[in-house]
Amino acid sequence: MAATVRTLSRLTGVCPRAARSCYTATRPNLAINKGTKVICQGFTGRQGTFHSRQAIEYGSLMVGGVSPGKGGKKHLNLPVFNSVAEAKAATDADATVIYVPPPGAAKAIMEAVEAEVGLIVCITEGIPQQDMVRVKHALLRQDKSRLIGPNCPGIIAPEKCKIGIMPGHIHKKGCIGIVSRSGTLTYEAVHQTTQVGLGQTLCVGIGGDPFNGTNFIDCLETFLRDPETKGIILIGEIGGGAEERAAEYLKEHNMGPGAKPVVSFIAGLTAPPGRRMGHAGAIISGGKGGAMDKIHALESAGVIVSRSPAQMGNMLHEEMKRLHLGV
Amino acid sequence: MKMAAAAVYRGALCAEKLLARRAAQVVTGGASLAGIQQRRYLNVHEHVSFTLLRRAGIPVPGFGVAHTPDEAIDIANKLDSTDVVVKAQVLTGGRGKGNFKGGFKGGVKLVYSAEEAGDVASKMIGDMLVTKQTGEKGIPCNKVMVCERKFPRREFYMAIMMERSFAGPVIIASAQGGINIEEVAEEDPEAIIKVPIDIMEGITQEKAEDLARQLGLENRMEETVSVLRSLYNAFITNDASLIEINPYAEDTYGKMYALDAKMKFDDNAEFRQKEIFEGRDWSQEDPKEVEASLHNLNYIALDGNIGCLVNGAGLAMATMDIIKLHGGSPANFLDVGGGATAEQVKEAFKIITADPNVHAIMVNIFGGIMRCDVIAQGIIAAAEELSLKIPIVVRLQGTNVDDAKALIAMSNLRILPCDNLDDAAKMAVKLSNIITLAKAANVEIKFELPV
Repeated sequence: MAATVRTLSRLTGVCPRAARSCYTATRPNLAINKGTKVICQGFTGRQGTFHSRQAIEYGSLMVGGVSPGKGGKKHLNLPVFNSVAEAKAATDADATVIYVPPPGAAKAIMEAVEAEVGLIVCITEGIPQQDMVRVKHALLRQDKSRLIGPNCPGIIAPEKCKIGIMPGHIHKKGCIGIVSRSGTLTYEAVHQTTQVGLGQTLCVGIGGDPFNGTNFIDCLETFLRDPETKGIILIGEIGGGAEERAAEYLKEHNMGPGAKPVVSFIAGLTAPPGRRMGHAGAIISGGKGGAMDKIHALESAGVIVSRSPAQMGNMLHEEMKRLHLGV
Repeated sequence: MKMAAAAVYRGALCAEKLLARRAAQVVTGGASLAGIQQRRYLNVHEHVSFTLLRRAGIPVPGFGVAHTPDEAIDIANKLDSTDVVVKAQVLTGGRGKGNFKGGFKGGVKLVYSAEEAGDVASKMIGDMLVTKQTGEKGIPCNKVMVCERKFPRREFYMAIMMERSFAGPVIIASAQGGINIEEVAEEDPEAIIKVPIDIMEGITQEKAEDLARQLGLENRMEETVSVLRSLYNAFITNDASLIEINPYAEDTYGKMYALDAKMKFDDNAEFRQKEIFEGRDWSQEDPKEVEASLHNLNYIALDGNIGCLVNGAGLAMATMDIIKLHGGSPANFLDVGGGATAEQVKEAFKIITADPNVHAIMVNIFGGIMRCDVIAQGIIAAAEELSLKIPIVVRLQGTNVDDAKALIAMSNLRILPCDNLDDAAKMAVKLSNIITLAKAANVEIKFELPV
């Protein structure tokens, strides 16, 4: 199906009417590895510099960066380009990570989409919602680029490739896939799974904004299809219906023998209703988005929902032992 | 929309509830929303909404804003009608049924002369209005809106918001607008019309005309299309996340007016909506939250006694959850964010400890962008400058964590380090309980760390 979609697009230059299947064809771009070539937009800024250094130290294959007006120079021993198109042409980059401040961030994402970079990771927090609605409009109608974020910590395949701001040293190569709306809460899950010896295959921070590029289902599909991933942790929070949709997806694709164990934690159970705490997305409103609703939806899909953020690793470990998954 | 009973967030949630189409259940939520990282969510006074609508070309009744009774008389005299409404400008729902602490009843009053307008204004301005939503503390009323009273013959509902499930703007409208719109949504879902708008296309003539027809306003086609366009444009140009007009009413003379409007704005857009955000009324918000905002901290006051300082909204919520799980009660939500400085951390401590109910503090920092040694510097500076006597449980993990631990160890302060999140929360709860007991027994406690 995905292949047909891609062929159609190439032939007609237009996406088939079901705009959804267009963009979902980019899900495979989430599977980063040791050979993923990464560029950085906002390369010479403070954040871009700090995190690019960290990425290089971790072992990510950084191949250059973009900083308009500074093309031709070198930064951290890597080439700087004036535009994403130039950078991609010169380096054949597979992915870009964006550290551009909010006023220019949406434009930076669009530049990467137009240059057809396969994976776009936007770390920036504070992009106006309207800007992201427009970005999403364009995103859904193409099938070359996948966006993660904005307002997210990024994506990491431990000991292979780190794209984002997560502290590399808490990760360990292993068998758990982690997807989360929260940044620092993801690190908790990583820390816990490292401590119990499970380690991680891929960790994706999808971010807290209401209009973003990648959702739980995109990542769940990736985990379910990856033979190395034996268990999954899904971290959600109050607001919106993403966790409920994820539960529906799991009911359809992860039940019965061979189903991979999923442990979840939903932040905000004790948050008073009507208050928005932090993420633009995390607001309880109109009856949708309450923590208990999400917990029930997930439990009905066979997900084990921890009531404590400190027990995710333990609970998954116990479940995997129970299922004799060789841990 | 398989959700359980809806929760109403202030009056402005009609739109969100209509999308959910479930029974109403009024929630006595706190004050206005807190924003995302380093931003506060903007809720504006009625008169600001009216001004923005008027500017956008949507008809509103004649009105003015009075800060004194004399101004109220002035405005009333200039209006086209002797039937006038005086409305307290306070950011809370339930105004009409509220009571002023000084004794005056009701935050929305019909008056029949300019003198009466001045009289009512004098009883509202400078007083505190207590409503179901504000609780006993009430909210200050510093100004009133004086506007022409219209007599609606037909009432329509019109709203526009950014909605996740449509990945963009949605117009929600009904020919059965007015205060019972929620019952309408419940009993007659067909009466609620939803029109998703393609943001790259804008609101097309076709969609606008079609909606006008569905509302039964085809005999006022041009005018209605114009109002819908104006509504959409106001939504886009002001970076609103919600505009709700209820009712959009036809008065007895056959003229249309927006008689009540609520607007919410995307605080991420503050950098390009300076005028709107400058109109923010700080008097309507909790002073601690105002202080926090000035230092770019995301802080919400709650009513427990364990102060929290965390980086990341999700982790902050999870920290509150785990404190509750262990029998404690968080005093606040505070997210210092990814790029916080030692100075901001110190300010955060000041704000948290300004709350006399705080008996212990739990710091939970997982450093990604946030560097643990920066947090440690802030904590140490705060503890020294504020001569903090309450115990501080510090749980740090992540970037530069070893530097941080070294700094704390060398500082000789009453800071209890704890690596494990569960243990840290338990400790914070236990220590807070000790202080609570001590206070109840009128005993002073001193904490010393073993050498």
